[in-house]
Amino acid sequence: MSATGTIIQAYESLKKAAVIKVEALKQKPLVLVGTATCGRAAGALNVLQTFRDEISCRSLDVEVKEVGCIGHCYAEPVVIIAKPGFPALCYGSVDEGMAGRLVTDFLINDDPCYEFAMAALEPNDQFPTFADFPRGVYEKKIILADCGLIDPEDIDHYIAHDGYAALAKALSMDPAEVLEEIKNSKLRGRGGAGFPTGLKWEACRNASGDQKYVICNADEGDPGAFMDRAILESNPHQVLEGLIIAAYTVGAEQGYIYVRAEYPLAVTRIRTALEQARERHLLGESILGSNFNFDIKIFQGSGAFVCGEETALIASIEGFAGVPNHRPPYPAHAGLHSKPTVINNVKTLSYVPHIIRNGSDWFKSIGTPDSPGTAVFALAGKVVSTGLAEVPMGTTLRTLVYDVGNGIKEDKPFKAVQIGGPSGGCLPESALDLPIDFDSLQQAGAMMGSGGLVVLDEDDCMVEIARFFLDFTQKESCGKCTFCRLGTKQMLDILTEITEGRGKPEDIDLLWELAEDIKAGSLCGLGKTAPNPVLTTIRYFRHEYEAHIQEGRCPALMCKELISYAIIPEKCSKLCNVCIGSCPVEAIYTRDDMLKAIYLDKCVKCNSCMVACPPQYKAVVKVSPPIVERGGSQDEQLSNHNN
Amino acid sequence: MRAPEGEKLLWVALDNGIYIPHLCGLREAERPAASCRLCFVEVEGLPNPVTACTLPVSEGMLVHTRTPRVDRLVRTGFELLLSNHRLRCGKCEKNKNCELQKIARERGLKLRLSRLRPLISEVPVDESPKTFKYDPGRCVLCGRCVWVDHHQAKVGAIGFIRRGISRKIAAFGDVPLAESRCTECGECVKVCPVGALAFKEK
Repeated sequence: MSATGTIIQAYESLKKAAVIKVEALKQKPLVLVGTATCGRAAGALNVLQTFRDEISCRSLDVEVKEVGCIGHCYAEPVVIIAKPGFPALCYGSVDEGMAGRLVTDFLINDDPCYEFAMAALEPNDQFPTFADFPRGVYEKKIILADCGLIDPEDIDHYIAHDGYAALAKALSMDPAEVLEEIKNSKLRGRGGAGFPTGLKWEACRNASGDQKYVICNADEGDPGAFMDRAILESNPHQVLEGLIIAAYTVGAEQGYIYVRAEYPLAVTRIRTALEQARERHLLGESILGSNFNFDIKIFQGSGAFVCGEETALIASIEGFAGVPNHRPPYPAHAGLHSKPTVINNVKTLSYVPHIIRNGSDWFKSIGTPDSPGTAVFALAGKVVSTGLAEVPMGTTLRTLVYDVGNGIKEDKPFKAVQIGGPSGGCLPESALDLPIDFDSLQQAGAMMGSGGLVVLDEDDCMVEIARFFLDFTQKESCGKCTFCRLGTKQMLDILTEITEGRGKPEDIDLLWELAEDIKAGSLCGLGKTAPNPVLTTIRYFRHEYEAHIQEGRCPALMCKELISYAIIPEKCSKLCNVCIGSCPVEAIYTRDDMLKAIYLDKCVKCNSCMVACPPQYKAVVKVSPPIVERGGSQDEQLSNHNN
Repeated sequence: MRAPEGEKLLWVALDNGIYIPHLCGLREAERPAASCRLCFVEVEGLPNPVTACTLPVSEGMLVHTRTPRVDRLVRTGFELLLSNHRLRCGKCEKNKNCELQKIARERGLKLRLSRLRPLISEVPVDESPKTFKYDPGRCVLCGRCVWVDHHQAKVGAIGFIRRGISRKIAAFGDVPLAESRCTECGECVKVCPVGALAFKEK
């Protein structure tokens, strides 16, 4: 028999066994509890325990499994129940009480508790599916498709969903053909910069040297980005399969997954996945009976943001401090231990099996001509439905925010999105109809980055947003090069002074000059992109900077030094003392006429009174510029203020 | 101009009497640190300024050491270093023999802060070694001392500790140098471009 025949046969027998195992599960009721980190934070482990306890004490013949994350963060903990005779139903915001109800009403009796259900997984004539909601219409799931639906700790679930079919197919092809397919697909690196994956692989494949490495970069560190974690916790085999195919293509025998130690669950699930893949000869010597040998080691990073930069990542694996080096040489020529090395992001590798299985033309049919495929965004901030969304490249921000994310909380006006984390930028309302892909974002001054997408409304101060991200990059700078070490600190100090009302008119131009020079002068990607939040906020929201500096006013009423709290006499009920009770520093008093007022010198601006004041009064307001006590009562000041 | 193949532009320029500002470069180092970010030049055909210490020369390469973009980057880089450097040249052992002074002279830059905020933390001078002293407040973190300590003296007494703005050069555990494995061979002092490491006057 030919080598190709052996590989396909080896895979078919794995698949047959897996399908039989997974089909058997469908014969009885199945409960899937999403216990990725996001679910656990919302209490999924208690829900899981409740299901297990209730089911065992009632001796029900029901299978309970832990799965990953389906991306609907706003609805965690999420539970899926598949009972024969009913459509598989997804329940959101499940607590122990609901879990108990679902056992008694649905599993024992036949009431599916539609009042708790979010959606059905498959089309049926009883309950709408995810595809019937706006989010489902605009989403196109490729790499998140199986997340939350398969057991990440059981390789057979992945195999039954066509997992490792791409590996079998690739091993039956010449590595050059696999490379050609990836190049044809125009897949671009999802780590942020969007470098063509095929070219990276080709450079490594053509580099001389018999020892080569492939590395999966899972050092996700952007504040607000969590898609890599979700994928590793929900479908680790998809990443492994991509990495094995990459290794076969470039000719590597050793791979690494560089994952941060702060992702303990991801580490555990990858470790389990590696063991199961080795047991089934999908890793190790002569994979699937071919003559290709390859294995993967896990390397746990210690949580330095800069280690996501590829040269720093390599230094870290080599045992040195995670500090970047000058490129060139690029890792594809001289990477780990100076050997040719491919480093790809978790998401990039996750696309690889799909492209090999479905062909590059299929991949190119999704997204835009220069950025094919989908983009995964972590929707956060002032958006109604937070979570992970996978949409085709070229989707507009408007669709993402208003259709996928269901709009802004409390229907407030949209102000901006912060896209791409600390390396990205803030885009204003005029960018809402921008089709998002790698190039359009770059032109607008932001970048795809990790895919973090924070929605901002009128209550968010753009200077403070820039300061927040600069504070992050300044703390995460390794300190090696002059521009990043000292430049980010200079920018942070200026931004801090502006938010505290100590800004000077020349500061805006100085910030802009510094930002441009740091971008041009820094050694690595961290420094080169750190000024982006500053540049974009000045470019699109210069008036907010000017309001802070020239008027001592924070338009979003966010910067504490530039606001005061006041109680509007006409709105105050006189008889309610809630604000007084809420104040931790006794700064609110009752005047002779029973109205409440604030001692400005005592107030610590904690916002408690504003939250406490009953909604029918809404008498507590924030004003900017702050009321300065020049004698005179608070309401005099307030009326001056309003004029 | 003739040069050995693969030689980095910085050294070729310096050998031919063309000054390019630099602090971290060491000709002997196999891999340039490229951390001081002062040796920017513009090369025809390349879109952006590049560091001369990392750029191998090639046949027919046309280089401009002074352009508006280069001068602006060097000025900002230099000012950033000054913002973190204890400037009391009159009291410094390296006065008139300091690379920062040389850069200022060559490029017409001022040895005082105008645009930027001072970022100096008052740190004590390590006077513990018998023959030299170490003043972290004057250190520009070029790393030349660390390289010679590791690769030429092969003592391994010093290295970089901490990160970001707190990054500094110190002995293991940040103990005074006299309590470290430092042999006071003096090699590191000889390569310090500024007054951070200076021999004590006899």
